Amino acid sequence: MTRTQILTRGAVWIIGFAVCVYLMLPLFVTVAVSFSESSVFNLPPPSWSTRWYEALATKRGLLPALGLSVQIALLSTAISLVLGTLAAIAVVRGRFPGRDALSTFVVSPLMMPGLVVGIALLQFLRGMGMRDAYTGLLIGHVIVTLPFVMRTVQASLSLFDFTLLDAARTLGLTYPRALLKVMVPVLSPAYITSGLFAFLASMDNYPISIFLTDARNKTLPIQMLEYLEVRPDPTIAAVSSCLILLTILVLLFTERLIGLRRLTDF
Amino acid sequence: MTAQRTTRDRTWLLAVPGVGFLFAAYAVPLALLLLVSFKFPETFTLSAYQHFFADSYNWHVIWNTVRAALLTTGFCLLLGYPAAFALAWSRGAVQILFLICLILPLSVGIVVKAFAWTIVLRTDGVLNQALVGLGILGQPMRLIFTEAGLIFGAVNVFIPFMILPIYSVVRLMDSRLVEAAQTMGATPLYVFRRVVLPLTLPGVIAGIAFVFSMSLAMYVVPTLLVGERYMTLSRQIARSYLYLRDEQLGSTVAVVLLVFSLAVIVSSQWLAGRTRGAP
Repeated sequence: MTRTQILTRGAVWIIGFAVCVYLMLPLFVTVAVSFSESSVFNLPPPSWSTRWYEALATKRGLLPALGLSVQIALLSTAISLVLGTLAAIAVVRGRFPGRDALSTFVVSPLMMPGLVVGIALLQFLRGMGMRDAYTGLLIGHVIVTLPFVMRTVQASLSLFDFTLLDAARTLGLTYPRALLKVMVPVLSPAYITSGLFAFLASMDNYPISIFLTDARNKTLPIQMLEYLEVRPDPTIAAVSSCLILLTILVLLFTERLIGLRRLTDF
Repeated sequence: MTAQRTTRDRTWLLAVPGVGFLFAAYAVPLALLLLVSFKFPETFTLSAYQHFFADSYNWHVIWNTVRAALLTTGFCLLLGYPAAFALAWSRGAVQILFLICLILPLSVGIVVKAFAWTIVLRTDGVLNQALVGLGILGQPMRLIFTEAGLIFGAVNVFIPFMILPIYSVVRLMDSRLVEAAQTMGATPLYVFRRVVLPLTLPGVIAGIAFVFSMSLAMYVVPTLLVGERYMTLSRQIARSYLYLRDEQLGSTVAVVLLVFSLAVIVSSQWLAGRTRGAP
Protein backbone atom coordinates (compact mmCIF):
# COMPACT_ATOMS: atom_id res chain seq x y z
CA MET A 1 0.00 0.00 0.00
CA THR A 2 1.16 3.48 -0.79
CA ARG A 3 1.29 6.24 1.77
CA THR A 4 -1.80 7.95 0.35
CA GLN A 5 -3.75 4.71 0.61
CA ILE A 6 -2.72 4.20 4.21
CA LEU A 7 -3.66 7.78 5.05
CA THR A 8 -7.03 7.49 3.30
CA ARG A 9 -7.84 4.21 5.02
CA GLY A 10 -6.80 5.64 8.36
CA ALA A 11 -8.99 8.71 7.85
CA VAL A 12 -11.96 6.54 6.83
CA TRP A 13 -11.67 4.40 9.97
CA ILE A 14 -11.26 7.42 12.23
CA ILE A 15 -14.29 9.18 10.75
CA GLY A 16 -16.28 5.94 10.94
CA PHE A 17 -15.44 5.55 14.59
CA ALA A 18 -16.16 9.22 15.35
CA VAL A 19 -19.55 8.96 13.64
CA CYS A 20 -20.42 5.95 15.81
CA VAL A 21 -19.58 7.88 18.98
CA TYR A 22 -21.50 10.90 17.71
CA LEU A 23 -24.56 8.77 16.93
CA MET A 24 -24.56 7.00 20.28
CA LEU A 25 -23.87 10.12 22.36
CA PRO A 26 -27.50 11.30 22.75
CA LEU A 27 -28.55 7.82 23.83
CA PHE A 28 -25.90 7.60 26.53
CA VAL A 29 -26.69 11.11 27.72
CA THR A 30 -30.39 10.29 28.02
CA VAL A 31 -29.77 7.16 30.05
CA ALA A 32 -27.23 8.91 32.30
CA VAL A 33 -29.59 11.81 33.02
CA SER A 34 -32.49 9.48 33.78
CA PHE A 35 -30.54 7.94 36.69
CA SER A 36 -29.49 11.30 38.09
CA GLU A 37 -30.53 12.36 41.57
CA SER A 38 -30.68 16.02 40.64
CA SER A 39 -33.51 17.64 38.70
CA VAL A 40 -31.18 19.82 36.63
CA PHE A 41 -29.45 18.08 33.78
CA ASN A 42 -25.91 18.03 35.12
CA LEU A 43 -23.49 15.50 33.74
CA PRO A 44 -22.02 13.48 35.22
CA PRO A 45 -24.84 13.43 37.77
CA PRO A 46 -23.90 14.34 41.37
CA SER A 47 -25.45 11.09 42.62
CA TRP A 48 -27.52 8.29 41.18
CA SER A 49 -31.14 7.41 41.85
CA THR A 50 -34.17 5.78 40.29
CA ARG A 51 -36.62 8.42 41.51
CA TRP A 52 -37.52 9.57 37.96
CA TYR A 53 -38.53 6.04 37.09
CA GLU A 54 -40.72 5.91 40.16
CA ALA A 55 -42.26 9.21 39.08
CA LEU A 56 -43.25 7.69 35.72
CA ALA A 57 -46.28 5.91 37.12
CA THR A 58 -47.83 9.15 38.35
CA LYS A 59 -46.90 11.34 35.37
CA ARG A 60 -50.15 12.71 34.02
CA GLY A 61 -51.12 11.69 30.51
CA LEU A 62 -48.09 9.50 29.94
CA LEU A 63 -49.66 6.05 29.98
CA PRO A 64 -52.68 6.98 27.82
CA ALA A 65 -50.30 8.58 25.29
CA LEU A 66 -48.10 5.49 25.21
CA GLY A 67 -51.15 3.25 24.82
CA LEU A 68 -52.55 5.33 21.99
CA SER A 69 -49.20 5.45 20.19
CA VAL A 70 -48.71 1.69 20.37
CA GLN A 71 -52.26 1.05 19.18
CA ILE A 72 -52.02 3.44 16.24
CA ALA A 73 -48.57 2.12 15.32
CA LEU A 74 -49.68 -1.53 15.37
CA LEU A 75 -52.89 -0.88 13.46
CA SER A 76 -51.33 1.37 10.82
CA THR A 77 -48.43 -1.05 10.30
CA ALA A 78 -50.83 -3.96 9.85
CA ILE A 79 -52.96 -2.03 7.36
CA SER A 80 -49.87 -0.89 5.47
CA LEU A 81 -48.49 -4.42 5.26
CA VAL A 82 -51.66 -5.56 3.53
CA LEU A 83 -52.13 -2.56 1.23
CA GLY A 84 -48.40 -2.28 0.51
CA THR A 85 -47.95 -5.94 -0.40
CA LEU A 86 -50.89 -5.87 -2.80
CA ALA A 87 -49.59 -2.70 -4.47
CA ALA A 88 -46.06 -4.12 -4.64
CA ILE A 89 -47.30 -7.31 -6.33
CA ALA A 90 -49.23 -5.20 -8.84
CA VAL A 91 -46.15 -3.11 -9.66
CA VAL A 92 -43.76 -6.08 -9.91
CA ARG A 93 -46.09 -8.48 -11.72
CA GLY A 94 -48.32 -6.13 -13.67
CA ARG A 95 -47.68 -5.17 -17.27
CA PHE A 96 -49.70 -1.96 -17.23
CA PRO A 97 -48.21 1.45 -18.09
CA GLY A 98 -47.17 3.89 -15.37
CA ARG A 99 -45.92 1.29 -12.89
CA ASP A 100 -42.82 3.32 -12.02
CA ALA A 101 -44.91 6.43 -11.46
CA LEU A 102 -47.28 4.43 -9.28
CA SER A 103 -44.48 3.12 -7.11
CA THR A 104 -42.95 6.60 -6.81
CA PHE A 105 -46.35 7.92 -5.75
CA VAL A 106 -46.78 5.34 -2.99
CA VAL A 107 -43.24 5.95 -1.67
CA SER A 108 -43.45 9.74 -2.00
CA PRO A 109 -44.92 10.53 1.47
CA LEU A 110 -41.51 9.48 2.84
CA MET A 111 -39.96 12.59 1.35
CA MET A 112 -42.88 14.98 1.72
CA PRO A 113 -42.90 17.53 4.52
CA GLY A 114 -44.93 15.91 7.29
CA LEU A 115 -46.47 19.17 8.48
CA VAL A 116 -47.84 19.85 5.00
CA VAL A 117 -49.34 16.38 4.70
CA GLY A 118 -50.81 16.79 8.18
CA ILE A 119 -52.44 20.14 7.44
CA ALA A 120 -53.80 18.97 4.12
CA LEU A 121 -55.33 15.93 5.80
CA LEU A 122 -56.73 18.03 8.66
CA GLN A 123 -58.44 20.48 6.31
CA PHE A 124 -59.75 17.62 4.20
CA LEU A 125 -61.18 15.68 7.15
CA ARG A 126 -62.77 18.80 8.58
CA GLY A 127 -64.27 19.54 5.19
CA MET A 128 -65.72 16.03 5.15
CA GLY A 129 -67.19 16.66 8.60
CA MET A 130 -65.08 13.99 10.28
CA ARG A 131 -63.95 15.02 13.73
CA ASP A 132 -62.89 11.72 15.25
CA ALA A 133 -59.22 12.19 16.21
CA TYR A 134 -58.52 8.46 16.44
CA THR A 135 -59.59 7.73 12.86
CA GLY A 136 -57.77 10.80 11.62
CA LEU A 137 -54.56 9.71 13.33
CA LEU A 138 -54.91 6.22 11.92
CA ILE A 139 -55.36 7.54 8.37
CA GLY A 140 -52.37 9.87 8.77
CA HIS A 141 -50.18 7.09 10.10
CA VAL A 142 -51.07 4.69 7.29
CA ILE A 143 -49.85 7.39 4.87
CA VAL A 144 -46.57 7.50 6.83
CA THR A 145 -46.06 3.75 7.13
CA LEU A 146 -47.13 2.62 3.65
CA PRO A 147 -43.93 3.83 1.88
CA PHE A 148 -41.71 1.65 4.10
CA VAL A 149 -43.67 -1.47 3.20
CA MET A 150 -43.92 -0.59 -0.48
CA ARG A 151 -40.17 0.05 -0.87
CA THR A 152 -38.92 -3.05 0.90
CA VAL A 153 -41.53 -5.54 -0.28
CA GLN A 154 -41.25 -4.31 -3.88
CA ALA A 155 -37.45 -4.72 -3.79
CA SER A 156 -37.81 -8.20 -2.32
CA LEU A 157 -40.54 -9.26 -4.77
CA SER A 158 -38.57 -8.11 -7.80
CA LEU A 159 -35.95 -10.72 -6.83
CA PHE A 160 -38.57 -13.44 -6.29
CA ASP A 161 -38.80 -16.14 -8.93
CA PHE A 162 -42.51 -16.42 -9.66
CA THR A 163 -42.07 -19.68 -11.59
CA LEU A 164 -41.64 -21.28 -8.16
CA LEU A 165 -45.35 -20.69 -7.64
CA ASP A 166 -46.15 -22.52 -10.87
CA ALA A 167 -43.87 -25.34 -9.73
CA ALA A 168 -45.72 -25.56 -6.41
CA ARG A 169 -49.05 -25.65 -8.20
CA THR A 170 -47.82 -28.35 -10.59
CA LEU A 171 -46.93 -30.35 -7.49
CA GLY A 172 -50.53 -30.12 -6.39
CA LEU A 173 -50.88 -27.10 -4.12
CA THR A 174 -53.81 -24.74 -4.54
CA TYR A 175 -52.91 -21.17 -5.46
CA PRO A 176 -53.49 -19.68 -1.96
CA ARG A 177 -51.50 -22.53 -0.37
CA ALA A 178 -48.71 -22.07 -2.90
CA LEU A 179 -48.55 -18.39 -1.95
CA LEU A 180 -48.47 -19.28 1.72
CA LYS A 181 -45.87 -22.05 1.42
CA VAL A 182 -43.56 -20.51 -1.17
CA MET A 183 -43.89 -16.75 -1.38
CA VAL A 184 -44.55 -15.84 2.26
CA PRO A 185 -41.32 -17.46 3.60
CA VAL A 186 -39.26 -15.67 0.93
CA LEU A 187 -40.94 -12.37 1.75
CA SER A 188 -40.79 -12.67 5.53
CA PRO A 189 -37.46 -10.79 5.98
CA ALA A 190 -38.93 -7.94 3.95
CA TYR A 191 -42.02 -8.00 6.16
CA ILE A 192 -39.98 -7.91 9.35
CA THR A 193 -37.73 -5.09 8.13
CA SER A 194 -40.50 -2.94 6.73
CA GLY A 195 -42.87 -3.74 9.59
CA LEU A 196 -40.22 -2.71 12.10
CA PHE A 197 -39.42 0.57 10.40
CA ALA A 198 -43.08 1.33 9.75
CA PHE A 199 -43.89 0.71 13.40
CA LEU A 200 -41.01 2.90 14.59
CA ALA A 201 -41.87 5.67 12.12
CA SER A 202 -45.44 5.69 13.40
CA MET A 203 -44.37 5.69 17.06
CA ASP A 204 -42.05 8.60 16.34
CA ASN A 205 -44.29 10.67 14.10
CA TYR A 206 -44.77 14.22 15.27
CA PRO A 207 -45.42 16.48 12.25
CA ILE A 208 -48.58 14.76 10.98
CA SER A 209 -49.96 13.83 14.39
CA ILE A 210 -49.74 17.36 15.79
CA PHE A 211 -52.62 18.48 13.56
CA LEU A 212 -54.76 15.41 14.11
CA THR A 213 -54.67 15.03 17.89
CA ASP A 214 -57.16 16.49 20.32
CA ALA A 215 -57.08 16.93 24.10
CA ARG A 216 -58.04 13.32 24.76
CA ASN A 217 -56.06 11.66 21.96
CA LYS A 218 -52.40 12.61 22.26
CA THR A 219 -49.68 10.39 20.90
CA LEU A 220 -46.46 9.89 22.83
CA PRO A 221 -44.18 12.27 20.85
CA ILE A 222 -46.78 15.04 21.16
CA GLN A 223 -47.15 14.47 24.88
CA MET A 224 -43.38 14.36 25.37
CA LEU A 225 -42.72 17.58 23.46
CA GLU A 226 -45.46 19.18 25.54
CA TYR A 227 -43.70 18.11 28.77
CA LEU A 228 -40.45 19.52 27.40
CA GLU A 229 -42.01 22.84 26.52
CA VAL A 230 -43.84 23.22 29.81
CA ARG A 231 -41.49 21.88 32.47
CA PRO A 232 -38.62 19.66 31.45
CA ASP A 233 -37.42 17.29 34.16
CA PRO A 234 -35.53 13.97 34.04
CA THR A 235 -38.82 12.04 33.88
CA ILE A 236 -38.61 12.66 30.14
CA ALA A 237 -35.17 11.06 30.19
CA ALA A 238 -36.64 8.10 32.06
CA VAL A 239 -39.40 7.71 29.45
CA SER A 240 -36.80 8.01 26.72
CA SER A 241 -34.57 5.40 28.36
CA CYS A 242 -37.47 2.99 28.53
CA LEU A 243 -38.12 3.58 24.82
CA ILE A 244 -34.43 2.99 24.08
CA LEU A 245 -34.54 -0.26 26.05
CA LEU A 246 -37.68 -1.30 24.16
CA THR A 247 -35.95 -0.54 20.85
CA ILE A 248 -32.90 -2.60 21.87
CA LEU A 249 -35.16 -5.55 22.69
CA VAL A 250 -36.98 -5.25 19.36
CA LEU A 251 -33.65 -5.05 17.48
CA LEU A 252 -32.27 -8.06 19.36
CA PHE A 253 -35.37 -9.99 18.43
CA THR A 254 -34.96 -8.90 14.78
CA GLU A 255 -31.29 -9.89 14.87
CA ARG A 256 -32.30 -13.38 15.98
CA LEU A 257 -34.94 -13.60 13.25
CA ILE A 258 -33.24 -12.17 10.17
CA GLY A 259 -29.91 -10.61 11.16
CA LEU A 260 -29.12 -6.92 11.51
CA ARG A 261 -27.52 -6.64 8.06
CA ARG A 262 -30.89 -6.99 6.40
CA LEU A 263 -32.09 -3.90 8.23
CA THR A 264 -29.69 -1.76 6.22
CA ASP A 265 -32.08 -2.09 3.26
CA PHE A 266 -34.66 -0.19 5.24
CA MET B 1 -53.12 -17.20 -24.75
CA THR B 2 -55.99 -14.74 -24.65
CA ALA B 3 -57.10 -16.10 -21.31
CA GLN B 4 -53.61 -15.71 -19.92
CA ARG B 5 -53.42 -12.14 -21.10
CA THR B 6 -56.61 -11.14 -19.38
CA THR B 7 -55.49 -12.66 -16.07
CA ARG B 8 -52.19 -10.81 -16.40
CA ASP B 9 -53.89 -7.54 -17.18
CA ARG B 10 -55.91 -7.73 -14.02
CA THR B 11 -52.92 -7.54 -11.68
CA TRP B 12 -53.32 -3.77 -11.53
CA LEU B 13 -56.46 -4.34 -9.48
CA LEU B 14 -54.22 -5.34 -6.56
CA ALA B 15 -52.84 -1.82 -6.41
CA VAL B 16 -56.30 -0.27 -6.18
CA PRO B 17 -56.85 -0.40 -2.38
CA GLY B 18 -53.47 1.11 -1.47
CA VAL B 19 -53.25 3.62 -4.29
CA GLY B 20 -56.93 4.51 -3.92
CA PHE B 21 -56.42 5.15 -0.23
CA LEU B 22 -53.37 7.34 -0.86
CA PHE B 23 -55.18 9.17 -3.62
CA ALA B 24 -58.12 9.99 -1.37
CA ALA B 25 -56.25 10.69 1.87
CA TYR B 26 -53.06 12.24 0.50
CA ALA B 27 -53.19 13.41 -3.12
CA VAL B 28 -56.66 14.99 -2.99
CA PRO B 29 -56.02 16.81 0.33
CA LEU B 30 -52.74 18.19 -1.02
CA ALA B 31 -54.50 19.40 -4.16
CA LEU B 32 -57.20 21.02 -2.01
CA LEU B 33 -54.50 22.70 0.08
CA LEU B 34 -53.11 24.16 -3.12
CA LEU B 35 -56.56 25.47 -4.02
CA VAL B 36 -57.03 27.03 -0.58
CA SER B 37 -53.77 28.92 -1.03
CA PHE B 38 -55.27 30.42 -4.21
CA LYS B 39 -58.27 31.48 -2.11
CA PHE B 40 -60.43 29.08 -4.10
CA PRO B 41 -63.47 28.70 -4.33
CA GLU B 42 -64.28 32.38 -3.59
CA THR B 43 -61.81 33.59 -6.18
CA PHE B 44 -58.71 32.34 -7.90
CA THR B 45 -55.83 34.65 -7.17
CA LEU B 46 -52.12 34.68 -6.51
CA SER B 47 -52.53 37.49 -4.00
CA ALA B 48 -51.56 35.32 -1.02
CA TYR B 49 -48.25 34.57 -2.72
CA GLN B 50 -47.68 38.18 -3.77
CA HIS B 51 -48.30 39.15 -0.19
CA PHE B 52 -46.00 36.39 1.06
CA PHE B 53 -43.09 37.12 -1.27
CA ALA B 54 -43.38 40.89 -0.83
CA ASP B 55 -42.46 40.53 2.83
CA SER B 56 -38.70 40.46 3.27
CA TYR B 57 -39.12 38.57 6.55
CA ASN B 58 -40.48 35.60 4.60
CA TRP B 59 -37.42 35.62 2.33
CA HIS B 60 -35.39 35.50 5.48
CA VAL B 61 -37.38 32.46 6.64
CA ILE B 62 -36.90 30.72 3.28
CA TRP B 63 -33.18 31.45 3.39
CA ASN B 64 -32.93 30.05 6.94
CA THR B 65 -34.71 26.88 5.87
CA VAL B 66 -32.59 26.29 2.77
CA ARG B 67 -29.39 27.23 4.56
CA ALA B 68 -30.00 24.84 7.46
CA ALA B 69 -30.89 22.06 5.00
CA LEU B 70 -27.78 22.71 2.88
CA LEU B 71 -25.48 22.76 5.90
CA THR B 72 -27.06 19.61 7.33
CA THR B 73 -26.83 17.77 4.01
CA GLY B 74 -23.25 18.95 3.46
CA PHE B 75 -22.02 17.72 6.83
CA CYS B 76 -23.97 14.48 6.52
CA LEU B 77 -22.23 13.81 3.19
CA LEU B 78 -18.82 14.84 4.48
CA LEU B 79 -19.03 12.48 7.46
CA GLY B 80 -21.39 9.89 6.02
CA TYR B 81 -19.45 9.09 2.85
CA PRO B 82 -16.30 7.86 4.64
CA ALA B 83 -18.42 6.26 7.37
CA ALA B 84 -20.25 4.19 4.73
CA PHE B 85 -16.87 2.88 3.49
CA ALA B 86 -15.78 2.04 7.03
CA LEU B 87 -19.04 0.13 7.49
CA ALA B 88 -18.55 -1.74 4.20
CA TRP B 89 -14.90 -2.58 4.94
CA SER B 90 -15.50 -3.80 8.49
CA ARG B 91 -16.10 -7.47 9.15
CA GLY B 92 -17.61 -9.70 11.83
CA ALA B 93 -18.13 -8.27 15.30
CA VAL B 94 -16.86 -4.81 14.33
CA GLN B 95 -19.45 -4.58 11.60
CA ILE B 96 -22.22 -5.72 13.92
CA LEU B 97 -21.16 -3.04 16.40
CA PHE B 98 -21.12 -0.50 13.61
CA LEU B 99 -24.61 -1.52 12.52
CA ILE B 100 -25.89 -1.22 16.07
CA CYS B 101 -24.45 2.31 16.32
CA LEU B 102 -26.30 3.12 13.12
CA ILE B 103 -29.63 1.36 13.51
CA LEU B 104 -30.24 1.88 17.22
CA PRO B 105 -30.15 5.71 17.04
CA LEU B 106 -32.21 5.51 13.83
CA SER B 107 -34.86 3.59 15.75
CA VAL B 108 -34.94 5.97 18.70
CA GLY B 109 -37.42 8.81 18.35
CA ILE B 110 -36.51 12.30 17.19
CA VAL B 111 -38.01 13.91 20.30
CA VAL B 112 -35.76 11.74 22.48
CA LYS B 113 -32.64 12.62 20.49
CA ALA B 114 -33.40 16.32 20.21
CA PHE B 115 -34.01 16.41 23.97
CA ALA B 116 -30.64 14.73 24.57
CA TRP B 117 -28.95 17.34 22.38
CA THR B 118 -30.44 20.14 24.45
CA ILE B 119 -28.54 18.61 27.40
CA VAL B 120 -25.32 18.02 25.46
CA LEU B 121 -25.25 21.51 23.98
CA ARG B 122 -25.94 23.48 27.17
CA THR B 123 -23.29 26.01 28.07
CA ASP B 124 -22.43 23.85 31.09
CA GLY B 125 -23.16 20.70 29.05
CA VAL B 126 -21.06 17.70 28.12
CA LEU B 127 -19.74 19.09 24.83
CA ASN B 128 -18.54 22.36 26.31
CA GLN B 129 -16.93 20.55 29.25
CA ALA B 130 -15.12 18.25 26.83
CA LEU B 131 -13.99 21.05 24.51
CA VAL B 132 -12.71 23.15 27.42
CA GLY B 133 -11.15 20.09 29.07
CA LEU B 134 -9.28 19.24 25.87
CA GLY B 135 -8.06 22.82 25.62
CA ILE B 136 -9.84 23.39 22.29
CA LEU B 137 -11.92 26.18 23.81
CA GLY B 138 -10.71 28.70 26.36
CA GLN B 139 -14.14 29.07 27.89
CA PRO B 140 -17.56 27.48 27.35
CA MET B 141 -19.27 28.58 24.15
CA ARG B 142 -22.93 29.21 23.64
CA LEU B 143 -24.20 26.33 21.47
CA ILE B 144 -27.85 25.79 22.23
CA PHE B 145 -30.21 28.27 20.53
CA THR B 146 -27.56 28.85 17.84
CA GLU B 147 -27.35 27.69 14.24
CA ALA B 148 -24.28 25.58 15.10
CA GLY B 149 -26.31 23.75 17.72
CA LEU B 150 -29.13 23.17 15.25
CA ILE B 151 -26.75 21.67 12.69
CA PHE B 152 -25.10 19.50 15.37
CA GLY B 153 -28.46 18.00 16.24
CA ALA B 154 -29.85 17.79 12.70
CA VAL B 155 -26.77 16.00 11.30
CA ASN B 156 -27.00 13.56 14.18
CA VAL B 157 -30.63 12.78 13.43
CA PHE B 158 -30.34 12.52 9.64
CA ILE B 159 -26.87 11.05 9.00
CA PRO B 160 -28.07 7.40 8.99
CA PHE B 161 -30.18 8.28 5.93
CA MET B 162 -26.97 9.33 4.17
CA ILE B 163 -24.83 6.39 5.30
CA LEU B 164 -27.27 3.57 4.49
CA PRO B 165 -27.88 4.33 0.77
CA ILE B 166 -24.15 4.92 0.18
CA TYR B 167 -23.30 1.75 2.11
CA SER B 168 -25.69 -0.25 -0.08
CA VAL B 169 -23.77 0.73 -3.25
CA VAL B 170 -20.27 0.51 -1.69
CA ARG B 171 -21.10 -3.03 -0.58
CA LEU B 172 -21.78 -4.03 -4.20
CA MET B 173 -18.72 -2.22 -5.60
CA ASP B 174 -16.19 -4.50 -7.27
CA SER B 175 -12.90 -3.68 -5.54
CA ARG B 176 -10.98 -5.19 -8.47
CA LEU B 177 -11.95 -2.13 -10.52
CA VAL B 178 -9.96 0.06 -8.13
CA GLU B 179 -7.02 -2.34 -8.27
CA ALA B 180 -7.18 -2.44 -12.06
CA ALA B 181 -7.07 1.35 -12.26
CA GLN B 182 -4.12 1.41 -9.87
CA THR B 183 -2.26 -1.23 -11.88
CA MET B 184 -2.71 0.94 -14.93
CA GLY B 185 -0.92 3.72 -13.07
CA ALA B 186 -3.84 5.94 -12.04
CA THR B 187 -3.17 8.34 -9.19
CA PRO B 188 -5.36 7.95 -6.08
CA LEU B 189 -7.23 11.14 -6.91
CA TYR B 190 -7.86 9.93 -10.45
CA VAL B 191 -9.10 6.56 -9.15
CA PHE B 192 -11.48 8.33 -6.82
CA ARG B 193 -12.76 10.73 -9.45
CA ARG B 194 -13.12 8.26 -12.32
CA VAL B 195 -13.85 4.94 -10.60
CA VAL B 196 -15.04 5.19 -7.00
CA LEU B 197 -17.16 8.33 -7.25
CA PRO B 198 -19.12 7.32 -10.39
CA LEU B 199 -19.79 3.88 -8.91
CA THR B 200 -21.08 5.29 -5.62
CA LEU B 201 -22.98 8.19 -7.19
CA PRO B 202 -26.44 6.53 -7.10
CA GLY B 203 -26.10 6.04 -3.35
CA VAL B 204 -24.87 9.59 -2.89
CA ILE B 205 -27.80 11.00 -4.86
CA ALA B 206 -30.29 8.92 -2.89
CA GLY B 207 -28.68 9.99 0.40
CA ILE B 208 -28.63 13.67 -0.52
CA ALA B 209 -32.26 13.53 -1.65
CA PHE B 210 -33.33 11.90 1.63
CA VAL B 211 -31.38 14.15 3.94
CA PHE B 212 -32.10 17.35 2.05
CA SER B 213 -35.85 16.79 1.85
CA MET B 214 -36.03 15.74 5.50
CA SER B 215 -33.95 18.64 6.77
CA LEU B 216 -35.94 21.14 4.68
CA ALA B 217 -39.05 19.97 6.48
CA MET B 218 -37.62 19.30 9.95
CA TYR B 219 -39.71 20.64 12.79
CA VAL B 220 -38.93 18.97 16.12
CA VAL B 221 -35.16 19.56 15.96
CA PRO B 222 -35.30 23.33 15.37
CA THR B 223 -38.16 23.68 17.86
CA LEU B 224 -36.09 22.22 20.67
CA LEU B 225 -32.60 23.37 19.64
CA VAL B 226 -33.10 26.87 18.27
CA GLY B 227 -36.56 28.06 19.20
CA GLU B 228 -37.97 31.38 18.15
CA ARG B 229 -34.64 32.84 17.05
CA TYR B 230 -34.41 30.81 13.89
CA MET B 231 -37.65 30.76 11.96
CA THR B 232 -38.00 28.08 9.29
CA LEU B 233 -40.85 27.31 6.88
CA SER B 234 -41.95 24.34 8.99
CA ARG B 235 -42.05 26.38 12.16
CA GLN B 236 -43.86 29.13 10.31
CA ILE B 237 -46.52 26.64 9.17
CA ALA B 238 -47.03 25.27 12.67
CA ARG B 239 -47.13 28.76 14.12
CA SER B 240 -49.75 30.02 11.66
CA TYR B 241 -52.01 27.05 12.31
CA LEU B 242 -51.53 26.32 15.98
CA TYR B 243 -50.96 29.80 17.43
CA LEU B 244 -51.98 32.50 14.96
CA ARG B 245 -54.96 30.50 13.61
CA ASP B 246 -54.22 32.06 10.22
CA GLU B 247 -55.02 29.22 7.83
CA GLN B 248 -54.55 31.35 4.74
CA LEU B 249 -50.94 32.14 5.67
CA GLY B 250 -50.40 28.55 6.82
CA SER B 251 -51.56 27.01 3.57
CA THR B 252 -49.49 29.47 1.54
CA VAL B 253 -46.31 28.64 3.46
CA ALA B 254 -47.18 24.94 3.26
CA VAL B 255 -47.42 25.13 -0.54
CA VAL B 256 -44.06 26.95 -0.70
CA LEU B 257 -42.44 24.16 1.34
CA LEU B 258 -44.25 21.55 -0.74
CA VAL B 259 -42.83 23.03 -3.95
CA PHE B 260 -39.30 22.85 -2.51
CA SER B 261 -39.76 19.19 -1.54
CA LEU B 262 -41.28 18.26 -4.89
CA ALA B 263 -38.35 19.94 -6.65
CA VAL B 264 -35.94 17.81 -4.60
CA ILE B 265 -37.84 14.59 -5.35
CA VAL B 266 -38.19 15.29 -9.08
CA SER B 267 -34.57 16.37 -9.56
CA SER B 268 -33.22 13.40 -7.60
CA GLN B 269 -35.34 11.02 -9.69
CA TRP B 270 -34.05 12.70 -12.83
CA LEU B 271 -30.44 12.51 -11.65
CA ALA B 272 -30.86 8.89 -10.61
CA GLY B 273 -32.21 8.08 -14.06
CA ARG B 274 -29.27 9.84 -15.69
CA THR B 275 -26.63 8.02 -13.65
CA ARG B 276 -28.31 4.71 -14.41
CA GLY B 277 -28.36 5.52 -18.12
CA ALA B 278 -24.71 6.63 -18.25
CA PRO B 279 -22.23 4.12 -19.68
